[in-house]
Amino acid sequence: MAETVATADTHAADHESFGIDNRKLGMWLFLSSEFLFFGALITNYLVYGGDTFGATVVPREVYDIPFTSVSSFVLLMSSLTMVLAHHALTTGDQNGTRTWLLATAMLGSIFLGGQVFEFYEFINVQGMTLTTNPASSAFFMLTGFHGAHVAIGVIMLLSLFGMAKRQGGLSQQHGMNLELVGLYWHFVDIIWIVIFTVVYLLGAV
Amino acid sequence: MTATAERSTTMTIFRRPESTEGFWSWVTTVDHKKIGIMYGYAAFIFFIVGGLEALLLRIQLAGPNGDFLTAAEYNAMFSTHGLTMIFLFVMPISAAFMNYLLPLMIGARDVAFPRLNAMSFWLFFFGALFIYSVIFFGDVTPPLGVEGVPGNIDPSQQTLLGGLPDGGWFLYQPNAGPSFSPGTAVDFALLGLQILGIASLVSAVNFLTTIFNMRAKGMRLLRMPVFIWMTMVVAFLLLFSLPIIAVALFMGTFDRAFGTLFFQAAGGGDPILWQHLFWLFGHPEVYILILPAMGIVSEVLPVFSRKPLFGYAAIVFAGGGIAFLGFGVWAHHMFSSALTPVAQAAFGLSTMTIAIPTGIKIFNWLGTMWGGRIRFTTPMLFAVGFVAMFVIGGLSGVTHSIVPSDWQQTDTYYIVAHFHYVLFGGSIFGLFAGLYYWFPKLTGRMMNEALGKTHFWIQFVGFNLTFAPMHWLGLQGMVRRTWRYAPETNFGPWNLAVTIGAFTIAVGILVFMFNWSWSKRKGPNSGLDPWDARTIEWSIPNPTPHYNYAENPTVTSLDHFWHMKYTEDSEGRAVRRDDADDTIARLEHDGRNPSSPIHLPNPSYFPILMASGVPLIAYGIIYHRGVAGKLLILIGAVISIGSLLGWGMEPLEEPHDGGGEHEPAMAEAH
Repeated sequence: MAETVATADTHAADHESFGIDNRKLGMWLFLSSEFLFFGALITNYLVYGGDTFGATVVPREVYDIPFTSVSSFVLLMSSLTMVLAHHALTTGDQNGTRTWLLATAMLGSIFLGGQVFEFYEFINVQGMTLTTNPASSAFFMLTGFHGAHVAIGVIMLLSLFGMAKRQGGLSQQHGMNLELVGLYWHFVDIIWIVIFTVVYLLGAV
Repeated sequence: MTATAERSTTMTIFRRPESTEGFWSWVTTVDHKKIGIMYGYAAFIFFIVGGLEALLLRIQLAGPNGDFLTAAEYNAMFSTHGLTMIFLFVMPISAAFMNYLLPLMIGARDVAFPRLNAMSFWLFFFGALFIYSVIFFGDVTPPLGVEGVPGNIDPSQQTLLGGLPDGGWFLYQPNAGPSFSPGTAVDFALLGLQILGIASLVSAVNFLTTIFNMRAKGMRLLRMPVFIWMTMVVAFLLLFSLPIIAVALFMGTFDRAFGTLFFQAAGGGDPILWQHLFWLFGHPEVYILILPAMGIVSEVLPVFSRKPLFGYAAIVFAGGGIAFLGFGVWAHHMFSSALTPVAQAAFGLSTMTIAIPTGIKIFNWLGTMWGGRIRFTTPMLFAVGFVAMFVIGGLSGVTHSIVPSDWQQTDTYYIVAHFHYVLFGGSIFGLFAGLYYWFPKLTGRMMNEALGKTHFWIQFVGFNLTFAPMHWLGLQGMVRRTWRYAPETNFGPWNLAVTIGAFTIAVGILVFMFNWSWSKRKGPNSGLDPWDARTIEWSIPNPTPHYNYAENPTVTSLDHFWHMKYTEDSEGRAVRRDDADDTIARLEHDGRNPSSPIHLPNPSYFPILMASGVPLIAYGIIYHRGVAGKLLILIGAVISIGSLLGWGMEPLEEPHDGGGEHEPAMAEAH
């Protein structure tokens, strides 16, 4: 998605501009829309999450807070490694960039593994599936869409890593790609902080 | 074109497309003008389809106890008519104007992300075909209906038209849920709208980035044409309302495909939640439909009144105000759904406040015309028609904000009359004003004025004959979405008038289509500035050269092009400069002869490829229980993700060492 109208005679200086790279501005705008997407999903969970639905098992009864706290910590740490990857690139440390990119992807994958385990436990051990009640539907839909976002982020991180590996380093243009992936990655983290707080912690009390 | 540059060594999957004419040039284009034209023609085809659906409805309702359509067909026709007109006509034809005009009006070479722009179009086009493909690929299991009620459908009576989506354009739950709509028609609507939503979201990001970052030198935000302002407002509305409907559509799809219980009352779900989510999108959506037309009218009125737009800043901020308030009024669509009295009062009040920014706009348009030397050309007639019809629709809209009155009107033809006055009398009249006004920009020719005025008057009379009686019918108690009515109701005479009006509109549209295709080939040459226009898109030759501006323009004021031609005398009256004609001749010459080679983004296969995978995934989700469905999801995902990878590796622009791709001497219009 790396593209701007970079024609020979079109430079930012010839135009009125907000001074932000087109791609970065586009990413910010996209993420502003994504906030509403998760806002609707979280609201949906809040509408149904407090109900008991007869005797069926509802999400807040089956949370394993210590386990999810650990996987949340892992995801938060991946934001740190993402920043370190970006920092390494700005200082010209290509080895460091590759290492931290891979570390970020690994931490993201660990989080996803944790989510798979959590879903497995809920479905097979606790007997709470997508179709048990509206609260479980809302829970799986919310966390599932978040997981899908993390998975896409991991794919983008690994693509960057592959690019850096093959070309012996990330060029200036790819540096912007790293920033874009970074923005997206931090967004996914921030959303998780909200989900963990609102859905897990406040739901369990 | 001349020989192209030596192939670069960049890794690609395909040879880069090179056609500049013919079928492949359109398929692979990333030029905002060609994309805009494709949006326009595709949208107009769906306008005809939606119009034919409306005519079928009107034949059915022309007299009491109509038996032209079955109940199932009637349900499918009014639902598909709404979906088609809103999502497949008004939105994409607004996108056509935005695509074509946005870079021209702000003095840019193209939009910020040309390939994403092409992808938006193809996603829209494939999404639209996807919805209608239910005729071929749908599973027409009939709705259960309610026993004993006329209209209960026998499977053997299932017809082609009856297989189209039939849950209303709003797809209310639980009617559109798995138990009451067990066929696949609603799945096609839900997933099709999801695809169209992605297309619009990508466009919104693209247009906003373009407006923020690519304005011509000197074009500060408050020097932008009002149409660009309205484009910006609409893009924000899309950005913030589409994710909400995306979630609602996913929930509806999950209920139907994967057995979730979001809207299934028997399982503890809440059908009213659908209404909240839908209208939280749906109300901003109606401003998405009207604001582009308001932008067009704000461009047309000053030109033909020969006055600057009265209260430019007020109109701009009123547009923003409408958009902002638009997120706080959704429940006025739901006054009959057992809201608490506090909520009803709050949403009634917030709905009334919408009248303030709208009123500001109306008075500013009137102020623009007041004291102007008005030329009643066809675009001006449509613009004035817009203002008049929109006022009527707006006033009936205000009556909905009074809750007890709304209870009386809900689900009657009064509502149908109201939203057709704002969306047809409003949006569509405004859009026709734009089509007539910018036709020379597309073709370099003028549309026939006599035919244009004939079209206007036929459509204007037909429109009022169609929709004004619906007010009376509604207040007499004729209920919306009813398949037939009894003779004792006395609804017959007005309904006959409505049907005659609908066919009158159709005649008007035929006149327009004839005028368009005739003028495209035979219309008189327009020259550079046929309307004595104000905005800078008219400062370049017609039809627009493929590179837009030969030199990047610099703007020093609002209505920059007007000020190149006119100055003020001591009493503040506009006086044409002595050298205005020389200026126009110079612009005509310079615009066709760039002083240096202009490099444009190269065409690409990847946008259309990427878009083609998405409907395959949607088919796969509908038929995911079988092997074929799972296979389709896989194939679609491989195509889309593969195209994205190829896209990422392909540079926007091939290196231009050596070959002169766009020699100035070759600079002719496409």
